[in-house]
Amino acid sequence: MAGGQERVLRRRIKSIQSTKKITRAMELIAGSRIIKAQARVHAAVPYSDAITEAVRDLAAAGAGIDSPLLTPRPEIKKVCHIVVTADRGLCGAYNSSVIRAAEGSMREQQALGRDYSLVLLGRKGEGYFRYRNYRIDEAFTGFSEQPTYEDARRVAAAVTRRFLSGEVDLVEIIYTRFISVGSQEVVLRPIMPLEQEVVSDGDARPAPSEAGAGASYEFEPSPESILDRLLPRYVEARIFAALLNASASEQAARQRAMKSATDNAEDLITRLARIMNRARQDSITTEIMEIVSGAESLRGGTHDTDVPDKLLATTNNAGTTQG
Amino acid sequence: MTLHVELVSPEKVLFQGEADMVVCRPSDGDIAFLPGHTPYLGALGIGVLRVLLPDSGELEFAVHGGFVEVANDRVLVLSDVAEVPDQIDVARARSAKERAEAAISGGDESDETKEALQRANTRLAVAGVNA
Repeated sequence: MAGGQERVLRRRIKSIQSTKKITRAMELIAGSRIIKAQARVHAAVPYSDAITEAVRDLAAAGAGIDSPLLTPRPEIKKVCHIVVTADRGLCGAYNSSVIRAAEGSMREQQALGRDYSLVLLGRKGEGYFRYRNYRIDEAFTGFSEQPTYEDARRVAAAVTRRFLSGEVDLVEIIYTRFISVGSQEVVLRPIMPLEQEVVSDGDARPAPSEAGAGASYEFEPSPESILDRLLPRYVEARIFAALLNASASEQAARQRAMKSATDNAEDLITRLARIMNRARQDSITTEIMEIVSGAESLRGGTHDTDVPDKLLATTNNAGTTQG
Repeated sequence: MTLHVELVSPEKVLFQGEADMVVCRPSDGDIAFLPGHTPYLGALGIGVLRVLLPDSGELEFAVHGGFVEVANDRVLVLSDVAEVPDQIDVARARSAKERAEAAISGGDESDETKEALQRANTRLAVAGVNA
């Protein structure tokens, strides 16, 4: 019986060891991908900075006062939530915290009597909301780990269409901002209408082209038509930045989750190995005792008439079974 | 005096450096920028972006739409898609060109086909292949 327990433990340790190998490998993979994803986040910054600057210069020249993408709606009836989740799990609380934030925001908007519209990115978010019978307007999957600009463009086109057609009056994006490998936070940012203060200065970074410079710009074609072409790009760039941040955060979350899984596996292996060793020791002790007591009783059997010897054998036997 | 040139796509910075002159093509006709140019902001069509380097070298990029902003001797080209010559698949560009030409001679006058032809021509021009 004791030997059986040992075998069971040995099998468990083996399976934990192979799980540990997998989690360790995933940890290392995620670790190397964080660096790549982080580099992509940084590489996208110049473009979005430049496009913000261009939008601001155009606004300084007086364009875009009545662009629909910039005008807040007087009455908000429906809010579109873009929820950025991962395609895969095994990344700790990454998906659930984004989903929780999204549900919180939806409840808030509902309390104000506003309807919701869901645009889901990533298989996990889609699965969650579909299972709970939410009304899903659009779902994009398959690119959470390595989003391309083309993916951002598709998402932007879908939400822009909904916004411009008047179906939704507000668009916000919920994603995980990548601050560093050690810290990420779920944020909620408005996408449409674009904030006026971003466009008409007031942004943290001072515009390099200071007062008056905006007015002296030469535009070709007119400022309005440039802005009409620029604003969709601006929306795309913002969504793209969110996707890149999310993918870096996903890898960081996965690395953390896999690291703790590996650590857990190690602990478990140590604990089980101890139990197994004890079980083995127990079974060896029992075996020895069985042999000893067997030999003793045999000896006792041959010297059946020898009283003192028999007495000795029985006391011995009693002693060993107790021990 | 030189211009500081940056060519950025949404995914990365494609080129960054000093130049004597930058030639690009907004919607109609080429425009060249020299140091001291007045602030300018324009939308780009599909065309070749030429950067003349101070050491008399020249770089060419195929730029497919985007924007150019010039201010304080800094030229900033924002492009959705921009390609350097060795990135261009000549065979693919050529077959795209043939396809577009065939479609146009077959009576297709949609903007998409015309754009495809222009894209292919630009790519071939940048790659230095006779169109």
